[in-house]
Amino acid sequence: MSEQTAVLDQQVASKTVKFEIQRQDTPDSKPYWESFEIPYRPNMNVISALMEIRRNPVNAKGEKTTPVNWDMNCLEEVCGACSMVINGRPRQSCTALVDHLTQPIKLEPMRTFPVVRDLVVDREFMFDSLKRIKAWVPIDGTYDLGEGPRMPERKRQWAYELSKCMTCGVCLEACPNVNDKSNFIGPALISQVRLFNSHPTGAMNKDERLATIMSDGGITECGNSQNCVVACPKGIPLTTSIAAMNRATTVQMFKNFFGSDHMVD
Amino acid sequence: MSRESDFYLRRLHSLLGVIPVGLFVAQHLVINHFATRGEEAFNTASNFMGNLPFVLFLEWIIIYLPLMFHGFYGVYIAFTAKNNVQRYGTFRNWMFLLQRVTGVFLVIFIAWHVYETRIQKALGAEVNFNMMEEILSNPFMLAFYIAGVLAATFHLANGLWSFAVTWGIAQSPRSQTIVTYITIVAFLVLSVIGVQALLAFVV
Repeated sequence: MSEQTAVLDQQVASKTVKFEIQRQDTPDSKPYWESFEIPYRPNMNVISALMEIRRNPVNAKGEKTTPVNWDMNCLEEVCGACSMVINGRPRQSCTALVDHLTQPIKLEPMRTFPVVRDLVVDREFMFDSLKRIKAWVPIDGTYDLGEGPRMPERKRQWAYELSKCMTCGVCLEACPNVNDKSNFIGPALISQVRLFNSHPTGAMNKDERLATIMSDGGITECGNSQNCVVACPKGIPLTTSIAAMNRATTVQMFKNFFGSDHMVD
Repeated sequence: MSRESDFYLRRLHSLLGVIPVGLFVAQHLVINHFATRGEEAFNTASNFMGNLPFVLFLEWIIIYLPLMFHGFYGVYIAFTAKNNVQRYGTFRNWMFLLQRVTGVFLVIFIAWHVYETRIQKALGAEVNFNMMEEILSNPFMLAFYIAGVLAATFHLANGLWSFAVTWGIAQSPRSQTIVTYITIVAFLVLSVIGVQALLAFVV
């Protein structure tokens, strides 16, 4: 029995995992590819492999190199920080299991965003967009405003699905209309407008959020390729959100033009 | 490149693609179909359309201006996309690409088609069955015209789908799927009408 385990251990130890990683030393320098071959361990994910490279930064040719940089935080696919392009598809590296990937595993940064170093990208654009669309429920006043209107429980459950968005940027990377020739804020942000406009208190400012997505880089930049809904790791119905906001902006457009005596309703 | 007015320009682009350009394309293909009833029927129909009252006004307001805006703004839209069907080979992503490819092709095709017919008419030629028969006797031109008609019917049918989504008519995935099926039928019907008419000039 112990002999068997020893053989198995040896087999596991001799097994390796091949990686091809697109690296970039500074934000302005040219990217280049570097291969790595690291010992296999059961249940590895891409992050544990990157940690192994960091522990022993030697490439497949046996040359000593700099450790590969990447971003990570929660390690359970709720923060979005570790998103990168794995075997051609943007996704989170924490839930990318080595056993499920074809080798060599190709890692690239999400080039829709400015690359900081190696696999680290700057998603500031999305956070700025969240501020632009006012992705919050304003409750501050000069006096106690009291309780807001109640949110129906069924609506809360539905809105919870939209609130799973972690601003990871995968849908922007998947979208053909988010690139350096356009300034489309991206599918995730349109869905956030829907989320906050559905909230009974958030809805008190819904015209402001709609005005934002009816301006520069807004909802009409969407070309309906519907890649976002395929790519979203959280299964958020992004295309339904976009179509819903299309309808809301259509109504708002007519209100704005023909005039109504209510700003919000 | 975007501006504050982009929202209204894009919505106008979407609207003009259906009304009046889309309606005109459908009408044009139906009138062409008179060719299947013979030379005389086609010439009667063509004369009727070509001699409508206020024909120049109608042409500019219903056809040229909306078509030029839709076409040129569409080319701008097409070239701002970074297509990625290798990464996501889904039906909708292919439709997204094909909509742009057919759109750019149609700008070329329609420019040529207008030069060959309407501008020649303005220069004194007569637009009739013989003219089209002569043009389409060249197998290359026949293929070019068939490609043009199919590109137009595809672009119109798929454009109807995105019109429904863009204006918020079809929201749920189910309704979007049903609209897809409806537009596939529209594509097939218009294509048959259009290509039958073209072949009537050859056979």
